[in-house]
Amino acid sequence: PAETFHNLQELRHSASLANKIFIQRDYSEGTTCKFQTKFPSELESRIEWTLFEDTVKTLNNYYAEAEKIGGQSYLEGCLACATAYLIFLCMETRYEKVLKKIAKYIQEQNEKIYAPRGLLITDPIERGMRVIEICIYEDRGSSGSSSGSSSVSGSTAR
Amino acid sequence: MHLGVSESMRECEYSQISTRSSTPMETPYKKRTSRKRKWESFPGRSKFYCDGRIMMARQTGVFCLTLVLILVTSGLFFTFDCPFLALQLTTAIPVIGGVLFLFVLGTLLRTSFSDPGVLPRATPDEAADLERQIDVANGSTGYRPPPRTKEVVINGQTVKLKYCFTCKIFRPPRASHCSLCDNCVERFDHHCPWVGNCVGRRNYRFFYMFILSLSFLTIFIFAFVITHIILRSHRNGFLNALKDSPASVLEVVVCFFSVWSIVGLSGFHTYLISSNQTTNEDIKGSWSSKRGKDNYNPYSHGNIFTNCCSALCGPLPPSLIDRRGFIQSDTLQLAPPTNGITMYGATQSQQSHMVSETGSESVTKTSAFRAPNSFCRLPPPLSSSSRPVNQSF
Repeated sequence: PAETFHNLQELRHSASLANKIFIQRDYSEGTTCKFQTKFPSELESRIEWTLFEDTVKTLNNYYAEAEKIGGQSYLEGCLACATAYLIFLCMETRYEKVLKKIAKYIQEQNEKIYAPRGLLITDPIERGMRVIEICIYEDRGSSGSSSGSSSVSGSTAR
Repeated sequence: MHLGVSESMRECEYSQISTRSSTPMETPYKKRTSRKRKWESFPGRSKFYCDGRIMMARQTGVFCLTLVLILVTSGLFFTFDCPFLALQLTTAIPVIGGVLFLFVLGTLLRTSFSDPGVLPRATPDEAADLERQIDVANGSTGYRPPPRTKEVVINGQTVKLKYCFTCKIFRPPRASHCSLCDNCVERFDHHCPWVGNCVGRRNYRFFYMFILSLSFLTIFIFAFVITHIILRSHRNGFLNALKDSPASVLEVVVCFFSVWSIVGLSGFHTYLISSNQTTNEDIKGSWSSKRGKDNYNPYSHGNIFTNCCSALCGPLPPSLIDRRGFIQSDTLQLAPPTNGITMYGATQSQQSHMVSETGSESVTKTSAFRAPNSFCRLPPPLSSSSRPVNQSF
Protein backbone atom coordinates (compact mmCIF):
# COMPACT_ATOMS: atom_id res chain seq x y z
CA PRO A 1 0.00 0.00 0.00
CA ALA A 2 2.81 2.41 0.76
CA GLU A 3 4.26 1.87 -2.67
CA THR A 4 0.95 2.43 -4.41
CA PHE A 5 0.45 5.63 -2.49
CA HIS A 6 3.89 6.69 -3.60
CA ASN A 7 2.62 6.08 -7.12
CA LEU A 8 -0.38 8.33 -6.60
CA GLN A 9 1.85 11.10 -5.28
CA GLU A 10 4.15 10.72 -8.26
CA LEU A 11 1.14 10.78 -10.54
CA ARG A 12 -0.08 14.02 -9.00
CA HIS A 13 3.21 15.83 -8.98
CA SER A 14 5.25 14.65 -11.90
CA ALA A 15 2.82 13.51 -14.57
CA SER A 16 1.31 16.43 -16.39
CA LEU A 17 -2.37 17.12 -16.23
CA ALA A 18 -3.95 16.81 -19.64
CA ASN A 19 -7.60 17.44 -18.89
CA LYS A 20 -10.22 17.52 -16.18
CA ILE A 21 -13.71 16.30 -16.75
CA PHE A 22 -16.68 16.82 -14.49
CA ILE A 23 -19.50 14.40 -13.88
CA GLN A 24 -22.53 16.52 -13.06
CA ARG A 25 -25.37 15.82 -10.70
CA ASP A 26 -28.49 13.99 -11.78
CA TYR A 27 -31.53 15.79 -10.36
CA SER A 28 -34.20 13.62 -11.94
CA GLU A 29 -35.13 12.15 -8.57
CA GLY A 30 -35.17 15.41 -6.68
CA THR A 31 -32.58 17.00 -4.47
CA THR A 32 -30.98 13.77 -3.23
CA CYS A 33 -27.33 13.41 -4.13
CA LYS A 34 -26.94 11.39 -7.31
CA PHE A 35 -24.43 11.65 -10.14
CA GLN A 36 -25.01 11.03 -13.83
CA THR A 37 -23.86 7.64 -15.03
CA LYS A 38 -23.49 8.76 -18.64
CA PHE A 39 -20.05 7.69 -19.86
CA PRO A 40 -18.02 10.77 -20.90
CA SER A 41 -16.42 10.61 -24.34
CA GLU A 42 -13.00 11.69 -23.04
CA LEU A 43 -12.68 8.47 -21.06
CA GLU A 44 -13.49 6.16 -23.93
CA SER A 45 -9.87 5.42 -24.70
CA ARG A 46 -8.84 5.16 -21.07
CA ILE A 47 -11.19 2.91 -19.17
CA GLU A 48 -13.99 0.42 -19.76
CA TRP A 49 -17.38 1.95 -19.26
CA THR A 50 -18.50 -0.88 -16.98
CA LEU A 51 -15.81 -0.02 -14.44
CA PHE A 52 -16.73 3.65 -14.56
CA GLU A 53 -20.45 2.96 -14.24
CA ASP A 54 -19.78 0.64 -11.34
CA THR A 55 -17.87 3.35 -9.48
CA VAL A 56 -20.53 5.99 -10.00
CA LYS A 57 -23.38 3.62 -9.11
CA THR A 58 -21.63 2.57 -5.90
CA LEU A 59 -21.10 6.22 -4.98
CA ASN A 60 -24.76 6.95 -5.68
CA ASN A 61 -25.76 4.08 -3.42
CA TYR A 62 -23.57 5.38 -0.63
CA TYR A 63 -25.14 8.84 -0.87
CA ALA A 64 -28.63 7.34 -0.94
CA GLU A 65 -27.78 5.43 2.23
CA ALA A 66 -26.56 8.62 3.90
CA GLU A 67 -29.68 10.58 3.03
CA LYS A 68 -32.19 7.81 3.60
CA ILE A 69 -35.10 8.78 5.80
CA GLY A 70 -36.41 5.91 7.84
CA GLY A 71 -36.45 4.39 11.29
CA GLN A 72 -32.79 4.85 12.12
CA SER A 73 -32.56 8.46 10.95
CA TYR A 74 -35.71 9.41 12.87
CA LEU A 75 -34.28 7.82 15.99
CA GLU A 76 -31.05 9.73 15.55
CA GLY A 77 -32.94 12.97 14.93
CA CYS A 78 -35.19 12.63 17.97
CA LEU A 79 -32.34 11.58 20.23
CA ALA A 80 -30.29 14.53 19.05
CA CYS A 81 -33.18 16.93 19.64
CA ALA A 82 -33.80 15.52 23.10
CA THR A 83 -30.17 16.09 24.08
CA ALA A 84 -30.24 19.58 22.55
CA TYR A 85 -27.82 18.36 19.86
CA LEU A 86 -25.04 18.04 22.43
CA ILE A 87 -24.80 14.37 21.57
CA PHE A 88 -22.95 15.29 18.38
CA LEU A 89 -20.01 16.43 20.45
CA CYS A 90 -19.22 12.78 21.13
CA MET A 91 -21.01 10.98 18.31
CA GLU A 92 -20.77 11.25 14.54
CA THR A 93 -23.86 11.72 12.45
CA ARG A 94 -24.76 8.90 10.11
CA TYR A 95 -23.98 11.16 7.16
CA GLU A 96 -20.44 11.75 8.40
CA LYS A 97 -19.92 8.03 8.88
CA VAL A 98 -20.99 7.35 5.30
CA LEU A 99 -18.76 10.16 4.01
CA LYS A 100 -15.79 8.46 5.63
CA LYS A 101 -16.73 5.21 3.93
CA ILE A 102 -16.97 7.06 0.62
CA ALA A 103 -13.52 8.62 1.09
CA LYS A 104 -12.04 5.20 1.71
CA TYR A 105 -13.84 3.73 -1.30
CA ILE A 106 -12.58 6.48 -3.61
CA GLN A 107 -9.02 6.07 -2.35
CA GLU A 108 -9.25 2.34 -2.99
CA GLN A 109 -10.74 2.82 -6.47
CA ASN A 110 -8.01 5.30 -7.35
CA GLU A 111 -5.26 2.93 -6.25
CA LYS A 112 -6.64 -0.17 -7.89
CA ILE A 113 -8.37 1.00 -11.04
CA TYR A 114 -7.87 4.66 -11.94
CA ALA A 115 -4.25 5.51 -11.18
CA PRO A 116 -2.91 2.62 -13.29
CA ARG A 117 -4.87 4.11 -16.17
CA GLY A 118 -3.60 7.64 -15.59
CA LEU A 119 -6.83 8.90 -14.05
CA LEU A 120 -7.65 10.33 -10.63
CA ILE A 121 -11.04 10.80 -9.02
CA THR A 122 -11.56 13.71 -6.62
CA ASP A 123 -13.99 13.14 -3.76
CA PRO A 124 -17.18 15.14 -4.55
CA ILE A 125 -17.25 16.55 -1.01
CA GLU A 126 -14.18 18.60 -1.91
CA ARG A 127 -16.14 20.17 -4.76
CA GLY A 128 -19.22 20.98 -2.71
CA MET A 129 -21.02 17.81 -3.89
CA ARG A 130 -21.58 19.45 -7.26
CA VAL A 131 -19.40 17.26 -9.47
CA ILE A 132 -17.16 14.24 -9.55
CA GLU A 133 -13.92 15.66 -10.89
CA ILE A 134 -11.78 13.23 -12.85
CA CYS A 135 -8.25 14.34 -13.69
CA ILE A 136 -6.81 12.83 -16.85
CA TYR A 137 -3.05 12.62 -16.93
CA GLU A 138 -0.95 12.30 -20.00
CA ASP A 139 -0.31 8.77 -21.19
CA ARG A 140 3.02 7.41 -19.98
CA GLY A 141 3.69 6.25 -23.52
CA SER A 142 3.22 9.74 -25.02
CA SER A 143 6.21 11.92 -25.84
CA GLY A 144 4.82 14.92 -23.96
CA SER A 145 6.47 14.95 -20.56
CA SER A 146 9.38 12.59 -20.91
CA SER A 147 10.82 13.49 -17.51
CA GLY A 148 7.46 12.99 -15.86
CA SER A 149 6.85 9.59 -17.33
CA SER A 150 10.37 8.40 -16.56
CA SER A 151 10.08 9.31 -12.89
CA VAL A 152 6.74 7.51 -12.68
CA SER A 153 8.16 4.40 -14.28
CA GLY A 154 11.20 4.75 -12.04
CA SER A 155 9.08 4.55 -8.92
CA THR A 156 7.15 1.55 -10.18
CA ALA A 157 10.47 -0.20 -10.84
CA ARG A 158 11.22 0.24 -7.16
CA MET B 1 -16.31 46.73 -11.16
CA HIS B 2 -17.52 47.46 -7.65
CA LEU B 3 -17.59 43.80 -6.76
CA GLY B 4 -14.05 43.39 -7.99
CA VAL B 5 -12.83 46.36 -5.97
CA SER B 6 -14.48 45.32 -2.72
CA GLU B 7 -13.23 41.76 -3.08
CA SER B 8 -9.67 42.91 -3.74
CA MET B 9 -9.82 45.26 -0.78
CA ARG B 10 -11.12 42.45 1.37
CA GLU B 11 -8.30 40.24 0.25
CA CYS B 12 -5.84 42.94 1.29
CA GLU B 13 -7.37 43.04 4.75
CA TYR B 14 -7.26 39.31 5.31
CA SER B 15 -3.86 38.43 3.90
CA GLN B 16 -0.95 40.63 4.75
CA ILE B 17 1.19 38.98 2.13
CA SER B 18 -0.30 39.39 -1.29
CA THR B 19 0.69 36.57 -3.54
CA ARG B 20 -1.34 37.88 -6.45
CA SER B 21 1.71 38.24 -8.64
CA SER B 22 3.35 35.15 -7.27
CA THR B 23 6.79 34.89 -8.79
CA PRO B 24 9.16 32.12 -7.75
CA MET B 25 10.91 34.76 -5.63
CA GLU B 26 7.87 35.29 -3.43
CA THR B 27 6.88 31.66 -3.02
CA PRO B 28 9.56 30.72 -0.47
CA TYR B 29 8.58 33.78 1.58
CA LYS B 30 4.93 32.67 1.57
CA LYS B 31 5.84 29.26 2.99
CA ARG B 32 7.29 30.78 6.16
CA THR B 33 4.01 32.41 7.22
CA SER B 34 1.31 30.54 9.16
CA ARG B 35 -1.26 28.61 7.16
CA LYS B 36 -4.54 30.33 6.62
CA ARG B 37 -7.89 28.72 7.19
CA LYS B 38 -10.42 28.60 4.38
CA TRP B 39 -12.88 30.94 6.08
CA GLU B 40 -10.39 33.77 5.84
CA SER B 41 -10.67 33.81 2.07
CA PHE B 42 -14.34 33.00 1.81
CA PRO B 43 -15.75 34.80 -1.24
CA GLY B 44 -19.23 35.54 0.11
CA ARG B 45 -20.32 38.32 2.43
CA SER B 46 -20.74 36.15 5.54
CA LYS B 47 -18.93 36.97 8.72
CA PHE B 48 -17.00 34.42 10.73
CA TYR B 49 -16.22 34.34 14.43
CA CYS B 50 -14.27 32.08 16.79
CA ASP B 51 -11.76 31.12 14.11
CA GLY B 52 -14.42 29.95 11.67
CA ARG B 53 -16.65 28.04 14.07
CA ILE B 54 -19.46 30.61 13.88
CA MET B 55 -20.93 31.84 10.62
CA MET B 56 -23.41 34.69 10.37
CA ALA B 57 -24.73 37.27 7.95
CA ARG B 58 -23.12 40.65 7.62
CA GLN B 59 -25.71 42.71 9.50
CA THR B 60 -26.22 41.35 12.98
CA GLY B 61 -27.88 44.33 14.64
CA VAL B 62 -31.38 42.89 14.55
CA PHE B 63 -30.11 39.60 15.93
CA CYS B 64 -28.72 41.46 18.93
CA LEU B 65 -32.14 43.06 19.39
CA THR B 66 -33.79 39.62 19.34
CA LEU B 67 -31.33 38.35 21.92
CA VAL B 68 -31.80 41.38 24.16
CA LEU B 69 -35.60 41.16 24.02
CA ILE B 70 -35.60 37.47 24.92
CA LEU B 71 -33.00 37.79 27.67
CA VAL B 72 -34.50 40.90 29.26
CA THR B 73 -38.10 39.70 29.20
CA SER B 74 -37.20 36.26 30.54
CA GLY B 75 -34.83 37.75 33.08
CA LEU B 76 -37.52 40.05 34.41
CA PHE B 77 -39.96 37.15 34.52
CA PHE B 78 -37.62 34.96 36.57
CA THR B 79 -36.59 37.75 38.90
CA PHE B 80 -39.89 39.45 39.65
CA ASP B 81 -42.76 37.14 38.81
CA CYS B 82 -41.43 33.68 39.53
CA PRO B 83 -40.79 34.09 43.27
CA PHE B 84 -44.40 35.11 43.81
CA LEU B 85 -45.79 32.41 41.54
CA ALA B 86 -43.56 29.69 42.97
CA LEU B 87 -44.78 30.48 46.45
CA GLN B 88 -48.43 30.99 45.61
CA LEU B 89 -48.95 28.33 43.02
CA THR B 90 -46.24 25.78 42.30
CA THR B 91 -42.48 25.61 41.72
CA ALA B 92 -43.16 23.87 38.45
CA ILE B 93 -43.72 27.28 36.86
CA PRO B 94 -40.15 28.56 37.05
CA VAL B 95 -38.85 25.09 36.21
CA ILE B 96 -40.90 24.77 33.02
CA GLY B 97 -40.15 28.38 32.20
CA GLY B 98 -36.45 27.73 32.67
CA VAL B 99 -36.46 24.70 30.40
CA LEU B 100 -38.38 26.58 27.71
CA PHE B 101 -36.04 29.54 27.96
CA LEU B 102 -32.93 27.40 27.60
CA PHE B 103 -34.45 25.58 24.64
CA VAL B 104 -35.32 28.87 22.94
CA LEU B 105 -31.81 30.19 23.46
CA GLY B 106 -30.20 26.98 22.28
CA THR B 107 -32.19 26.78 19.07
CA LEU B 108 -31.71 30.49 18.38
CA LEU B 109 -27.95 30.26 18.70
CA ARG B 110 -27.86 27.10 16.67
CA THR B 111 -29.88 28.73 13.87
CA SER B 112 -27.80 31.89 13.88
CA PHE B 113 -24.36 30.37 14.15
CA SER B 114 -24.53 27.42 11.80
CA ASP B 115 -23.93 27.21 8.10
CA PRO B 116 -27.39 27.26 6.46
CA GLY B 117 -26.25 25.07 3.57
CA VAL B 118 -24.03 27.39 1.57
CA LEU B 119 -22.87 26.00 -1.77
CA PRO B 120 -19.20 26.68 -2.40
CA ARG B 121 -18.44 28.52 -5.62
CA ALA B 122 -17.19 26.64 -8.63
CA THR B 123 -13.47 26.16 -9.07
CA PRO B 124 -12.07 27.92 -12.14
CA ASP B 125 -11.78 24.62 -14.04
CA GLU B 126 -15.40 23.73 -13.37
CA ALA B 127 -16.56 27.19 -14.40
CA ALA B 128 -14.55 27.00 -17.63
CA ASP B 129 -15.97 23.57 -18.37
CA LEU B 130 -19.53 24.77 -17.86
CA GLU B 131 -18.94 27.86 -19.99
CA ARG B 132 -17.67 25.66 -22.78
CA GLN B 133 -20.73 23.45 -22.57
CA ILE B 134 -23.08 26.43 -22.59
CA ASP B 135 -21.33 28.02 -25.57
CA VAL B 136 -21.58 24.78 -27.47
CA ALA B 137 -25.27 24.56 -26.63
CA ASN B 138 -26.00 28.16 -27.59
CA GLY B 139 -23.80 28.12 -30.66
CA SER B 140 -22.94 31.79 -30.12
CA THR B 141 -19.99 33.60 -28.63
CA GLY B 142 -21.75 36.92 -28.37
CA TYR B 143 -20.70 39.38 -25.73
CA ARG B 144 -24.09 39.36 -24.05
CA PRO B 145 -24.98 35.80 -23.15
CA PRO B 146 -28.69 35.02 -22.77
CA PRO B 147 -30.04 33.97 -19.36
CA ARG B 148 -28.87 30.46 -18.78
CA THR B 149 -31.32 27.82 -17.66
CA LYS B 150 -31.39 24.06 -17.75
CA GLU B 151 -34.57 22.05 -17.54
CA VAL B 152 -34.87 18.85 -15.59
CA VAL B 153 -37.81 16.59 -14.92
CA ILE B 154 -38.28 15.72 -11.27
CA ASN B 155 -40.97 13.19 -10.41
CA GLY B 156 -42.88 14.17 -13.51
CA GLN B 157 -42.69 17.93 -12.97
CA THR B 158 -40.49 20.15 -15.15
CA VAL B 159 -38.17 22.29 -13.07
CA LYS B 160 -35.89 25.05 -14.39
CA LEU B 161 -32.37 25.21 -13.00
CA LYS B 162 -30.88 28.65 -13.20
CA TYR B 163 -27.23 29.49 -13.73
CA CYS B 164 -25.79 31.64 -10.96
CA PHE B 165 -23.43 34.25 -12.38
CA THR B 166 -21.76 34.91 -9.06
CA CYS B 167 -21.11 31.35 -8.03
CA LYS B 168 -20.71 30.10 -11.61
CA ILE B 169 -22.81 27.00 -11.07
CA PHE B 170 -26.19 25.74 -12.11
CA ARG B 171 -28.16 25.96 -8.91
CA PRO B 172 -29.57 22.67 -7.68
CA PRO B 173 -33.36 22.57 -7.43
CA ARG B 174 -34.70 24.55 -4.45
CA ALA B 175 -31.43 26.43 -4.04
CA SER B 176 -31.36 30.18 -4.31
CA HIS B 177 -28.80 32.95 -4.17
CA CYS B 178 -29.09 35.23 -1.16
CA SER B 179 -28.06 38.71 -2.23
CA LEU B 180 -27.49 39.85 1.36
CA CYS B 181 -24.98 37.11 2.09
CA ASP B 182 -23.88 36.74 -1.55
CA ASN B 183 -24.04 32.95 -1.36
CA CYS B 184 -26.08 30.25 -3.00
CA VAL B 185 -27.90 28.35 -0.27
CA GLU B 186 -29.39 24.87 -0.61
CA ARG B 187 -33.13 24.59 -0.02
CA PHE B 188 -33.22 28.33 0.54
CA ASP B 189 -36.13 29.36 2.72
CA HIS B 190 -35.51 33.03 3.43
CA HIS B 191 -32.97 35.39 4.93
CA CYS B 192 -34.03 36.18 8.47
CA PRO B 193 -32.54 39.37 9.95
CA TRP B 194 -34.00 38.52 13.38
CA VAL B 195 -31.79 35.50 13.45
CA GLY B 196 -28.93 37.15 11.61
CA ASN B 197 -28.51 34.38 9.06
CA CYS B 198 -30.10 32.71 6.05
CA VAL B 199 -32.49 29.86 6.77
CA GLY B 200 -31.71 26.91 4.53
CA ARG B 201 -31.33 23.18 4.45
CA ARG B 202 -29.02 22.78 7.42
CA ASN B 203 -30.67 25.07 9.91
CA TYR B 204 -34.37 25.05 8.98
CA ARG B 205 -35.28 22.59 11.71
CA PHE B 206 -33.52 24.71 14.33
CA PHE B 207 -35.31 27.79 13.04
CA TYR B 208 -38.67 26.05 13.22
CA MET B 209 -38.04 24.79 16.73
CA PHE B 210 -36.89 28.25 17.72
CA ILE B 211 -40.10 29.97 16.62
CA LEU B 212 -42.24 27.16 17.99
CA SER B 213 -40.61 27.21 21.41
CA LEU B 214 -40.58 31.00 21.39
CA SER B 215 -44.35 30.97 20.80
CA PHE B 216 -44.78 28.70 23.81
CA LEU B 217 -42.44 30.81 25.90
CA THR B 218 -44.19 34.05 24.96
CA ILE B 219 -47.63 32.64 25.71
CA PHE B 220 -46.30 31.08 28.91
CA ILE B 221 -44.82 34.34 30.18
CA PHE B 222 -47.86 36.32 29.10
CA ALA B 223 -50.27 33.99 30.83
CA PHE B 224 -48.36 33.79 34.09
CA VAL B 225 -47.62 37.48 34.34
CA ILE B 226 -51.33 38.17 33.95
CA THR B 227 -52.01 35.53 36.61
CA HIS B 228 -49.48 37.19 38.88
CA ILE B 229 -51.08 40.61 38.48
CA ILE B 230 -54.56 39.22 39.01
CA LEU B 231 -53.54 37.38 42.17
CA ARG B 232 -51.84 40.46 43.53
CA SER B 233 -54.79 42.72 42.75
CA HIS B 234 -57.12 40.38 44.67
CA ARG B 235 -55.03 41.26 47.71
CA ASN B 236 -54.03 44.86 47.27
CA GLY B 237 -56.07 46.21 44.42
CA PHE B 238 -55.13 46.63 40.79
CA LEU B 239 -53.11 49.85 40.90
CA ASN B 240 -51.08 48.70 43.89
CA ALA B 241 -50.35 45.44 42.16
CA LEU B 242 -48.94 47.34 39.20
CA LYS B 243 -46.87 49.52 41.48
CA ASP B 244 -45.49 46.51 43.36
CA SER B 245 -44.27 44.82 40.22
CA PRO B 246 -43.66 47.33 37.43
CA ALA B 247 -41.57 44.85 35.46
CA SER B 248 -44.70 42.87 34.77
CA VAL B 249 -46.12 45.72 32.75
CA LEU B 250 -43.10 45.77 30.46
CA GLU B 251 -43.28 42.00 30.04
CA VAL B 252 -46.96 42.09 29.17
CA VAL B 253 -46.38 44.78 26.57
CA VAL B 254 -43.47 42.94 24.91
CA CYS B 255 -45.32 39.62 24.93
CA PHE B 256 -48.53 41.08 23.64
CA PHE B 257 -46.91 42.67 20.63
CA SER B 258 -44.69 39.71 19.78
CA VAL B 259 -47.16 36.89 20.27
CA TRP B 260 -49.19 37.65 17.14
CA SER B 261 -46.27 37.65 14.74
CA ILE B 262 -44.44 34.72 16.34
CA VAL B 263 -47.47 32.48 16.61
CA GLY B 264 -48.48 33.46 13.11
CA LEU B 265 -45.04 32.62 11.81
CA SER B 266 -45.08 29.26 13.59
CA GLY B 267 -48.41 28.45 12.02
CA PHE B 268 -47.18 29.46 8.58
CA HIS B 269 -44.04 27.35 8.85
CA THR B 270 -46.04 24.39 10.17
CA TYR B 271 -48.07 24.61 6.96
CA LEU B 272 -44.89 24.85 4.87
CA ILE B 273 -43.32 21.85 6.57
CA SER B 274 -46.41 19.69 6.19
CA SER B 275 -46.54 20.44 2.47
CA ASN B 276 -42.74 20.34 2.05
CA GLN B 277 -42.40 23.82 0.54
CA THR B 278 -40.00 26.63 1.22
CA THR B 279 -41.05 30.22 1.92
CA ASN B 280 -39.43 31.10 -1.37
CA GLU B 281 -41.60 28.63 -3.32
CA ASP B 282 -44.75 29.58 -1.48
CA ILE B 283 -44.32 33.27 -2.21
CA LYS B 284 -43.58 32.65 -5.87
CA GLY B 285 -46.49 30.22 -6.06
CA SER B 286 -44.26 27.65 -7.74
CA TRP B 287 -46.46 24.70 -6.91
CA SER B 288 -49.84 26.32 -6.63
CA SER B 289 -52.65 24.95 -8.72
CA LYS B 290 -53.25 28.43 -10.09
CA ARG B 291 -50.29 27.98 -12.39
CA GLY B 292 -51.76 25.02 -14.15
CA LYS B 293 -53.95 22.03 -13.59
CA ASP B 294 -51.02 19.62 -13.58
CA ASN B 295 -48.86 21.71 -11.29
CA TYR B 296 -47.93 19.89 -8.10
CA ASN B 297 -45.04 19.82 -5.67
CA PRO B 298 -42.61 17.11 -6.80
CA TYR B 299 -40.75 17.11 -3.51
CA SER B 300 -43.70 16.31 -1.29
CA HIS B 301 -43.76 12.76 0.05
CA GLY B 302 -47.51 12.59 -0.24
CA ASN B 303 -48.58 12.66 3.39
CA ILE B 304 -48.18 15.25 6.14
CA PHE B 305 -46.50 12.92 8.62
CA THR B 306 -43.67 11.93 6.27
CA ASN B 307 -43.17 15.53 5.20
CA CYS B 308 -42.85 16.68 8.81
CA CYS B 309 -40.55 13.84 9.78
CA SER B 310 -38.24 14.34 6.85
CA ALA B 311 -37.98 18.09 7.51
CA LEU B 312 -37.42 17.82 11.25
CA CYS B 313 -35.88 14.41 11.88
CA GLY B 314 -34.17 13.72 8.59
CA PRO B 315 -30.39 13.31 8.36
CA LEU B 316 -28.40 16.49 8.88
CA PRO B 317 -26.05 17.01 5.93
CA PRO B 318 -22.53 18.25 6.66
CA SER B 319 -21.31 21.71 5.84
CA LEU B 320 -19.93 21.90 2.31
CA ILE B 321 -17.67 24.86 2.80
CA ASP B 322 -15.16 23.39 5.29
CA ARG B 323 -14.49 26.74 6.89
CA ARG B 324 -11.88 25.56 9.38
CA GLY B 325 -9.81 23.59 6.90
CA PHE B 326 -6.43 24.90 5.85
CA ILE B 327 -5.88 26.28 2.39
CA GLN B 328 -3.95 23.76 0.29
CA SER B 329 -1.10 25.31 -1.62
CA ASP B 330 -0.44 22.50 -4.06
CA THR B 331 -3.69 22.22 -6.01
CA LEU B 332 -2.97 21.48 -9.64
CA GLN B 333 -4.55 23.79 -12.14
CA LEU B 334 -5.19 23.28 -15.83
CA ALA B 335 -3.75 25.54 -18.54
CA PRO B 336 -4.11 29.24 -17.71
CA PRO B 337 -7.44 30.93 -18.41
CA THR B 338 -8.04 32.49 -21.80
CA ASN B 339 -7.41 36.05 -20.60
CA GLY B 340 -3.74 35.28 -20.75
CA ILE B 341 -2.79 35.62 -17.07
CA THR B 342 -0.46 32.84 -15.98
CA MET B 343 -0.87 31.63 -12.42
CA TYR B 344 2.34 29.98 -11.40
CA GLY B 345 2.03 28.19 -8.10
CA ALA B 346 -1.10 30.12 -7.12
CA THR B 347 -3.42 28.47 -4.61
CA GLN B 348 -6.92 27.39 -5.45
CA SER B 349 -8.53 30.12 -3.39
CA GLN B 350 -6.36 32.80 -4.84
CA GLN B 351 -7.25 31.50 -8.26
CA SER B 352 -10.90 32.15 -7.67
CA HIS B 353 -10.12 35.66 -6.46
CA MET B 354 -8.03 36.34 -9.52
CA VAL B 355 -10.67 35.02 -11.84
CA SER B 356 -13.37 37.06 -10.16
CA GLU B 357 -11.29 40.22 -10.29
CA THR B 358 -10.28 39.90 -13.89
CA GLY B 359 -13.70 38.60 -14.68
CA SER B 360 -15.36 41.46 -12.89
CA GLU B 361 -16.12 42.99 -16.22
CA SER B 362 -18.25 40.05 -17.19
CA VAL B 363 -19.91 40.09 -13.79
CA THR B 364 -21.03 43.68 -14.16
CA LYS B 365 -22.21 43.13 -17.70
CA THR B 366 -24.41 40.35 -16.52
CA SER B 367 -25.41 42.09 -13.30
CA ALA B 368 -28.64 43.01 -15.02
CA PHE B 369 -29.38 39.31 -15.09
CA ARG B 370 -28.67 39.01 -11.40
CA ALA B 371 -31.40 41.43 -10.46
CA PRO B 372 -34.23 38.99 -11.16
CA ASN B 373 -32.70 36.57 -8.68
CA SER B 374 -33.34 38.86 -5.77
CA PHE B 375 -37.10 38.96 -6.15
CA CYS B 376 -37.42 35.43 -4.87
CA ARG B 377 -35.92 36.36 -1.53
CA LEU B 378 -38.32 37.47 1.19
CA PRO B 379 -37.58 41.15 1.88
CA PRO B 380 -36.54 41.52 5.51
CA PRO B 381 -39.10 43.29 7.72
CA LEU B 382 -36.59 45.77 9.09
CA SER B 383 -34.70 46.63 5.99
CA SER B 384 -31.19 47.42 7.07
CA SER B 385 -30.63 46.89 3.43
CA SER B 386 -28.36 49.52 2.02
CA ARG B 387 -26.64 47.09 -0.31
CA PRO B 388 -23.06 47.29 0.94
CA VAL B 389 -21.48 46.84 -2.45
CA ASN B 390 -19.02 49.75 -2.20
CA GLN B 391 -18.11 49.42 1.42
CA SER B 392 -15.01 47.67 2.57
CA PHE B 393 -15.03 46.28 6.07
